[in-house]
Amino acid sequence: MGTDGGLSWHLVDDVRIMLSYHFMLNAVRAGTIVAVVAGAIGYLMVLRRQSFAGHTLAVIGFPGAAGATWLGLATGFGYFGFCVAGALVIAAIPGVGRAGGGPGGLGGYGEESAGIGVVQAFALACGFLFVSLYRGFLSGLNNLLFGTITGITDDQILVLLVAGVGCLVALVALGRPLLFASVDPEVARASGVPVRGVGVAFLVLLGLTTAGTSQITGSLLVFALLVAPAAAAARLTARPVAGIAVSVGLAVLVTWLGEAVAFFSPFPIGFWVTTFGFGAFLLATGYRAAADRASRRPGARVLAGSPT
Amino acid sequence: MTGPVLVLGAAPAVGGWFVDLLAHPFVQHALLAGTAIAALSGLVGYFVVLRGQVFAGDMLSHVAYTGALAALAAGVDLRLGLFAATIGVGVGIGLLGGRAASDDVVIGNAMAWVLGLGVFFLALYTTYRATGNSSANVAVLFGSIFGIGLGAAVTAAVVAVALIAVLLVIARPLLFASLDPAVAAARGVPVRLLGPLFLAVVGATAGEASQAVGALLLAGLLAAPAAAAQRLTDRPWRALALSPVLAVAAMWLGLGLAFAVPTLPPSFTIMAVATAEYLAAVLVTEVRRRVPVRDAVPVPG
Repeated sequence: MGTDGGLSWHLVDDVRIMLSYHFMLNAVRAGTIVAVVAGAIGYLMVLRRQSFAGHTLAVIGFPGAAGATWLGLATGFGYFGFCVAGALVIAAIPGVGRAGGGPGGLGGYGEESAGIGVVQAFALACGFLFVSLYRGFLSGLNNLLFGTITGITDDQILVLLVAGVGCLVALVALGRPLLFASVDPEVARASGVPVRGVGVAFLVLLGLTTAGTSQITGSLLVFALLVAPAAAAARLTARPVAGIAVSVGLAVLVTWLGEAVAFFSPFPIGFWVTTFGFGAFLLATGYRAAADRASRRPGARVLAGSPT
Repeated sequence: MTGPVLVLGAAPAVGGWFVDLLAHPFVQHALLAGTAIAALSGLVGYFVVLRGQVFAGDMLSHVAYTGALAALAAGVDLRLGLFAATIGVGVGIGLLGGRAASDDVVIGNAMAWVLGLGVFFLALYTTYRATGNSSANVAVLFGSIFGIGLGAAVTAAVVAVALIAVLLVIARPLLFASLDPAVAAARGVPVRLLGPLFLAVVGATAGEASQAVGALLLAGLLAAPAAAAQRLTDRPWRALALSPVLAVAAMWLGLGLAFAVPTLPPSFTIMAVATAEYLAAVLVTEVRRRVPVRDAVPVPG
């Protein structure tokens, strides 16, 4: 996008120039919706340690979009249809519905992650099949995978807004049981929370979120918005509500920065969004390590401890 | 190439089709490289699944993509970037310790950024390389096993055999360390050394396999035959032997299917057969588990 107007030292003017393009205005609108939803849902994804499932759901949008293009449908149908179906398939893999992903560590039996890996690879293979069958949309392929900030229509924003509000309402409705089931599934089950049902509902919600986000950032990079701000937030605060707020704030910031820099540079939005997201994660990790070290020093505990 | 037609049910026709299949040099190359890569992926995949490191393997496959595109952008041999990146990152994750290798938040963040870097190199490549086109990108992402030349096929086979040899040498301690790291460490198995070494092998496998099925589909070739093998038998060594057999079967069937139906890309058919194997294994074991064994003989003692 760099040819459309160079970057000067007057940042306010630059932003005004950027937003004077209708496509950029739409990109910022869509990006904001996507970032708010991805930031909130992503926080729970990180809390439940379901990043691999989230990545797979994000990737499943690609065959959906490619298939829809092949059949001549709107890509939105493909994204939402495949992502929700993918969420149900993943939920059917034994043991995936619960938080934590089971014994994934060393010595653990990685059947669940293996199952998710198979789903992901098969979905991608289907996507490649659809692309081959359709023939000749190679540049479209890159946009499907890596996203583009140009060409977001007003209609798409409306769909995104509806899907985004729906996701957030569902998240609030699931709210307390979901949080309970994510933090301590055993106790939650004992006190009557339908842990399995909540887990499946969350995966579907995650699918809807990735479907909406994929349309802007591309299938491969949705995941950056889901995981990076949330992981950074989880390292900055231990309280869930504050964490969600920080995660949403970081996601919006990362998206705005990414879109603005992508507008003024020759490199695509996906690179900038992932880079800023990863930067935020690294900064938060560094902050956490420093804070932990400070609180471990004798005498410093009173200063750093108990902000709750 | 005129589209060969598979006539089912007529043995001479199938035989003729088979001879026809093997007569093509590109099929011979694909079979040579594909068999070696599938056997390697099956063996490595068994340990990847056992150690719960499928997500790490998936990440290394994305690293393969970024490494290959970085090499393309820099104008050096693609395989150089591929192997340097995958082995380097594999050792890196391994050195961070067992926790990092299965910590999905750390891997997720790193993977997201690796993909972002891949896009960056893609932009560099398509912008600044005069010959740059999207088909190289697609080949890295999704593989092009029917496009592999004789030299590349032989290299791939030699590298695969070497990696299989490395894996077989460390198989026994690695199995021990994977099943019970604490006891293995107490018995003097170098657990801290095996982790990075194994992930380096996974990285090299990612580099190898991305030439066959592409960087994006590698996780399936690692996970599907191995997970199927682990479902079918509880015994580690038997599963370790079964996994590469299933992977090679998926490769051969997939290649044959792709040759018979030219509209289907080989990467898709290979993945489809591997997925079918896993589904079949899930079905068989679930049915076996749910149907009560009526004529089971009580074991004496």
